[in-house]
Amino acid sequence: MPSHAMDRAFTCAIWSAAVLVTSAFLWLLGDLVWHGMAHLSWSFLVSEPMNAGRSGGIAPILVSTLLILAVALAAAVPLGLGAAAWLAEYTRRDGALGQAVRLSLDVLAGVPSIIFGLFGNVFFSVFLGLGFSMLSGGLTLACMILPIFIRTCEAGLSAVSDDWRHGAAALGMTRAAALWHILLPAAASAIVAGLMLGIGRATAETAALIFTSGYVDRMPESLSDSGRALAVHIYDLSMNVTGGDGAAYASALVLIVLIVAINTGALALSDRWWTRRIATS
Amino acid sequence: MNTPKPELPATYTVGDVVSGPPCCEPVSHLRIEKLSVAYGATTVLDEVSLDIYRGCITALIGPSGCDKTSFLSTLNRLTDLVPGARVNGRIHFEATDVLDPRLDVLALRRRVGMIFQKPNPFPLSVRRNLELPLREHGVRRRDVLDHKIETALRDVGLWEEVRDRLDSPALALSGGQQQRLCIARALVLEPSVLLMDEPCSALDPISSGVVEKLIQRLRGRYTVVIVTHNLAQARRIANYAAFFWMKEHVGKLIEFGRCQPLFETPENPLTAAYVSGLSG
Amino acid sequence: MIWSKPSSLSRWHDDRWLAPPLALLAAVAALILLLVLAFLLSEAWPVVNGDGWWRFFSNEGWYPLEGRFGLLPMLWASLAAAFGAVLLAAPLGLAGAIFTRFYAPPFIVKPFRIVLALLAGIPSVVYGLWGLTVLVPLIARWQPPGASLFTAILILALMILPTVALTSASALNSVPRSLLHGAAALGLIRTGIVLGVAVPAARGAILGGILLATARALGETMAVLMVAGNVVQNPTGLFEPVRVLTANIALEMSYATGVHRAGLFASGLMLTLLVLALAWLAARIVRRTHYA
Repeated sequence: MPSHAMDRAFTCAIWSAAVLVTSAFLWLLGDLVWHGMAHLSWSFLVSEPMNAGRSGGIAPILVSTLLILAVALAAAVPLGLGAAAWLAEYTRRDGALGQAVRLSLDVLAGVPSIIFGLFGNVFFSVFLGLGFSMLSGGLTLACMILPIFIRTCEAGLSAVSDDWRHGAAALGMTRAAALWHILLPAAASAIVAGLMLGIGRATAETAALIFTSGYVDRMPESLSDSGRALAVHIYDLSMNVTGGDGAAYASALVLIVLIVAINTGALALSDRWWTRRIATS
Repeated sequence: MNTPKPELPATYTVGDVVSGPPCCEPVSHLRIEKLSVAYGATTVLDEVSLDIYRGCITALIGPSGCDKTSFLSTLNRLTDLVPGARVNGRIHFEATDVLDPRLDVLALRRRVGMIFQKPNPFPLSVRRNLELPLREHGVRRRDVLDHKIETALRDVGLWEEVRDRLDSPALALSGGQQQRLCIARALVLEPSVLLMDEPCSALDPISSGVVEKLIQRLRGRYTVVIVTHNLAQARRIANYAAFFWMKEHVGKLIEFGRCQPLFETPENPLTAAYVSGLSG
Repeated sequence: MIWSKPSSLSRWHDDRWLAPPLALLAAVAALILLLVLAFLLSEAWPVVNGDGWWRFFSNEGWYPLEGRFGLLPMLWASLAAAFGAVLLAAPLGLAGAIFTRFYAPPFIVKPFRIVLALLAGIPSVVYGLWGLTVLVPLIARWQPPGASLFTAILILALMILPTVALTSASALNSVPRSLLHGAAALGLIRTGIVLGVAVPAARGAILGGILLATARALGETMAVLMVAGNVVQNPTGLFEPVRVLTANIALEMSYATGVHRAGLFASGLMLTLLVLALAWLAARIVRRTHYA
């Protein structure tokens, strides 16, 4: 039976751990903001990189990042929603086919990102001939965010009350109409949550993009151009460019702000849209 | 059949039902022959045969069990949604057999509407709830939609209450209003039959009364089949009553006939036991 | 006679066109895994076929251009970094979770959770950048050269700590209150309740979370690449530079051809199998103790 002295010691240990974690976080964040702000400016955001990125800005890189993200979402969202709809509406919890699909997705979710980089290189860049392009990078990212997106959407759809399915059936509505007009909107908050998780993962990705969308830091002209994502730019600046630390920190700050902005924006959007349409009693 | 339609009174009393003029046409609207329902290996309904008369309110009464709801679900083929459900027999409805596998089920469900025990308005606005089924069945023009929506809402007595909040969420309505909205949603498709599965049981007494009066107003224009555990309610509103009983967990139809005689002078001892036991 | 098909909400009459396209999309999603494994295998075939795997362990040193694929030093480095990180992160993460659930005053719980969530969301390059510019010089002053196994362990621990903390926190939250009240009623003080009742009750999910964090640490590339020094050698000392398997792939992939490239793919395949084995173990443990 622990004594009171032990209890105090344990409590002290727990609090120290919490303080340690918070301090590490504040140290990291502090450094990020301190060094990042020093190099950050409006022109940084809108001009091209110069001198291998030591000076100038990250405008083409921002554009590339958003384009890669757009490709990834354009591929992953329809595929993910369709797969999630099939899992939620046409399979049972214990059905063999559904289990197989879910298992495959769970395993896929555990594959390290460098492996996706290898796969993307072999499959999209070489086999499908897309070369080093944002298309190739975006599609690779789509493969990475699919598992979590599908599972989140499926959970959301399954949670929607069967009462509405029966009600729609009794009114002679087709399955597709019920799905499109009632069920998917009802699962919107889960879908957005899955989307946010996916976007968060995609924007943070480096290893998967190095061998698929490449390093080119010029302003891209088409999706088949190579483009450098923000995370890749940070990597390049810090590892390959001496004196690139300042720019790297500024880019890192921009990346974090971008991720936080997308997350909170999506959250606020889905909240407002949800309460406006639904407003449960 | 060219017999002249009898004059149907707008209101009626219990006395009218027993001895007065007919308050609904004794014309069969739905003829059910030897209907059996099984889910997997479990039979829930065994060889039920009865006639549902046009324009009448037919109450399905009997102790709790899934047999009556299953019976109701066969009439609009909602049993199709249950995995492993087997339905045998025939149901004749307006020159078709409901149980024909080649039947256009979606068209059937337009003509046979259903109201559920728990009100289930869609998580959309009041207007969208009514508009969606109409659009799905081909009505597109704005003015036609608006007219049908207003008619349906007036029918259920909701128009004055919601005319200013048609675009507000349906789920913000009270329980009684939601159920009336569900009835309006079924009515907006202009069905000929309405199936109701204990429509008042999830409502408070006042809302329950409002819905009950609404159901009475539907007599004559629609054929209503209503499952109810409230025997007093059945006596108040039904023209015909069908008494179901479970024998060894299988539902069977014990007695069917005009409502008041069935309650007062039932032929079957089981019926007598049930109606007296619960109203005593 | 109608006989409904045995699937939930089976097909309605006019809906026969909906299921096949949806099923196709689901099939595509499910087949991605097979595609990944198949292409990896095909690229790694020259090495895997024949005496392939054995070369990984028997060859002396990693000199792919000379046909020597001994990756044991890198394997040890990966394992050392991962397990070292878990050694640090597991107790700290668990402590953080215990803090949130049992010790934190209400006004601290939400901010602390936000701190954890933000830490979990920071990209690995940013961790790597910070490690490279702040930690490495710091450690270099203490024990040169700075970029070493130790730094890698620190950074990895910081990265997986939030995951351990968040999964442990939800595991602790699912411990039924009745259990905890019962323990309190028996006169146990807080430490006793936490260590004696709550943690053991949640041990399945906690352990599962730790295993998943280990899998993540093994698969981590960028942050480790940036701080570990990347010299291919056995991790004999904590402060020696090492190269982990993932970093190796990232560094050499851009110029590897032929057998070298096949060797990299083969090492990637091996790493994947290792990570998946850990994830499977984690799932098993969670399920088993769930029923205990």
